[in-house]
Amino acid sequence: MVLQPSLKNCFRLSCVLRTPKAGFRSTASEALIIQSVSNDVYQNLAVEDWIHDHMDLEKRQVLFLWRNSPAVVIGRHQNPWQECNLRLLRQKNIKLARRRSGGGTVYHDLGNINLTFFTTRKKYERMENLKLVVKALKALRPQLDIHVTDRYDILLDRHYKISGTAAKLGGTSAYHHCTLLCNADKFVLSSVLKSPYKGLKSNATPSVPASVKNLFEEDPSLTSEMLLDAIAKEYATQHQIDHHITLINPADETLLPGINNKTKELQTWEWVYGKTPKFSVSTCLNMAYKDSVLDIKVNMDVKHGRIEVCNIDLPEQWLPPALYSKLVKSLTGSKFCPNETTTLVTTLLRVCPQDDELHSRWNLLCENMIMLM
Amino acid sequence: MLETHGNHCETSHLEIVQRFDVLLVIIFTGVLFSGSSKKIISKFYSFELLEVCIHRVRWCSSIRVIKSKYVCVFDKSALKFSHQQRLFRTSAVSCGQIVQFKLSDIGEGITEVTVKEWYIKEGDSVSQFDSICEVQSDKASVTITSRYDGIIRKLHYSIDDIAFVGKPLVDIEIDASKGFASEKDVVETPPMSHEEHTHQEIKGHKTLATPAVRRLAMENNIKLSEVVGTGKDNRILKEDILNYLAKQTGAILPPSPKAEIVPPLPKSETVPATPKDKARKIPVPVSRPIVFSGKDRTEPVTGFQKAMVKTMSAALKIPHFGYCDEIDLTQLVQLREELKPLAEIRGIKLSFMPFFIKAASLGLLQYPILNASLDENCQNVTYKASHNIGVAMDTEQGLIVPNVKNVQVCSVFDIASELNRLQSLGSAGQLGTSDLTGGTFTLSNIGTIGGTYAKPVILPPEVAIGALGKIQVVPRFNGQGEVFKAQIMNVSWSADHRIIDGATMARFSNLWKSYVENPASMLLDLK
Repeated sequence: MVLQPSLKNCFRLSCVLRTPKAGFRSTASEALIIQSVSNDVYQNLAVEDWIHDHMDLEKRQVLFLWRNSPAVVIGRHQNPWQECNLRLLRQKNIKLARRRSGGGTVYHDLGNINLTFFTTRKKYERMENLKLVVKALKALRPQLDIHVTDRYDILLDRHYKISGTAAKLGGTSAYHHCTLLCNADKFVLSSVLKSPYKGLKSNATPSVPASVKNLFEEDPSLTSEMLLDAIAKEYATQHQIDHHITLINPADETLLPGINNKTKELQTWEWVYGKTPKFSVSTCLNMAYKDSVLDIKVNMDVKHGRIEVCNIDLPEQWLPPALYSKLVKSLTGSKFCPNETTTLVTTLLRVCPQDDELHSRWNLLCENMIMLM
Repeated sequence: MLETHGNHCETSHLEIVQRFDVLLVIIFTGVLFSGSSKKIISKFYSFELLEVCIHRVRWCSSIRVIKSKYVCVFDKSALKFSHQQRLFRTSAVSCGQIVQFKLSDIGEGITEVTVKEWYIKEGDSVSQFDSICEVQSDKASVTITSRYDGIIRKLHYSIDDIAFVGKPLVDIEIDASKGFASEKDVVETPPMSHEEHTHQEIKGHKTLATPAVRRLAMENNIKLSEVVGTGKDNRILKEDILNYLAKQTGAILPPSPKAEIVPPLPKSETVPATPKDKARKIPVPVSRPIVFSGKDRTEPVTGFQKAMVKTMSAALKIPHFGYCDEIDLTQLVQLREELKPLAEIRGIKLSFMPFFIKAASLGLLQYPILNASLDENCQNVTYKASHNIGVAMDTEQGLIVPNVKNVQVCSVFDIASELNRLQSLGSAGQLGTSDLTGGTFTLSNIGTIGGTYAKPVILPPEVAIGALGKIQVVPRFNGQGEVFKAQIMNVSWSADHRIIDGATMARFSNLWKSYVENPASMLLDLK
């Protein structure tokens, strides 16, 4: 069945829930397949939150299909500075999102599909879900050499990772989501997922790097749509429901009351960066100044994304002590963020003696400090 | 009522009354004690403090016990229970009972998890279903919610510790007036018979609500303290939660414990339609007595605001004077219309600012004191050679002032392309330190947002600033005494009166005005 992404097919989920369908149906487990019409990572993550918080999964399980425009998604307890190249993300305008489930960092773009299996906590079974995916893929292309590892990854040709998994368990409901690489940009993927930041010490969950491959490389006739369809078909078969995918709009407040608040929350700095577990930065700045190279040791503790403690080991009198203490005082408590730090340090420059030499030293030091963020 | 004394054998009653079908009447000396399931029968013989095992009893949440000192006695041998065991200790002093909340089964045979975040700390009060902590196990993040109401007394783990399933996670002191929740799996529905009421101290404010109502509130992220209760004793009813939600989202949710995605359509086949729902065809918030539940909110001053505080506090030391004028931009508007397509071919968006900036630089050549800086002790004035003209920019986070360097050697097109670059970096939050420092003179185009005359504040270490209002089309008289349509903009200058006098400012303004009103005259003085 070819998917029609037009909104004409956008049923209200209620209709699906309420309208009795003709034909046989197992009363034990009813299920629902929904697909997002949006490619915004924050909106789609908000839909996951909404279903997790609001839907009664005892009555029916849900499979949610979604794709995102370029974005990096980190796990709940991860450190974005450790996981990806934030400078590159900002330059390329790639979004950064933090999901609520655990696990590692992934790169999403339209060549990657995401599947979320919603069940009650009792019926939480990741292996079953992944086996379903493998079965669907094998039905589509029997020659594919794919299998599930005990780390809940799906490997192609025994070696290349094509899918990663994460899960979230709440009071009564749970969800397991996974990615599936169809035709993602591997070049961008490897460059954004390489962190240039040195000297970070943290207890945040580290990601396990893996070699990846697109299914498209194995079989160029495959498209993301085909994969989505195959998986939906297998899910429908296993849950004995019609192979029908309901399209939903994650911005629809009447269908999903409270969804826009969830979307906004996922975009706030406090969630994306502020939820980073406490970490410390201990590094050495190599600053070329006039004819010499200075080695400046920097130590910072960052908690909730804000600088708690800041120590810069400058040569004596390189900066007037009053100015140095103003710098440290200004940085303490402010966000570990280049934009905010730039604003603060340039403001401080306005209220100090107007000396060209001083200004150039200050700018040099601050630029190097900002590079750490 | 109870009158108890130490170790006396007396015939007295200990009356424990419940509100619903479970009736516990304990009368000492040979009286039956029957529980809800009618399985529990005991006899009491003496007043002595004994450690007793109580098997699973369906305690409801409002067992009113006498809070004063009392001594309760249960004879172990006489009790016949059939389910789990729990230790029950009474003491003559404390009314709260410390319960060890154990980490429940995660599923998939997982035995240990890492504690990643605590949502509460020791001393906090929690309600049932409140989030306690976040744990992680092998790519799964689990939110542990409280099974009890009470006060957190001890956290058994710190962040990044390994926690074990089945071992205690936190100690919660349960209010004795409520009794205890039984050791049930968190996935089962709590007993919801009849009207169970829970007295809950929420920040010193008693909020009455049944567990079903509280679950509904929790699922919709509503604080009970913000909902107005309309039941007896200001009890919060399901309708109150629904009305609160309706006000928030304009949608009506069905009166069921778990919210479902329901259409606000008149013809819902299976939703049991209450008279209220039938009458309404579209979701309409129910009007209730309007209660304003807004609260003041205090935040620390950080980031961009902190920067503004620093800058403006320093600016306060400068004695400002203002000078305003009216500029006729009719000719400039025409010129820009002609040049805009040419700039677009070169890939640059041309606004009015490049012209204003270039004209200011030409003016500064004649009046260099406006491009100077006064040192801290007001001993020396430094005439800056470069005209680094700052442009005030409004970004999402706040005010930012990048500057265009060396305008005195830039063409209008150079300035336009530099402005484009600064604007795109500014809106992306990626301006560098060199873009934001070294400014000598500033222009603020507040007119793009609105306004006519303004009173701009000088940004130290500069000595002058200009604010440009919006362009308005108004009637004016020309040289022949005829009325014509003029494009008028107002400019408001502020300058440091310690080194700049009114006359200098006025002459500079006139020169700038002449360049801007008659753009062709700029050609004569362009370097």
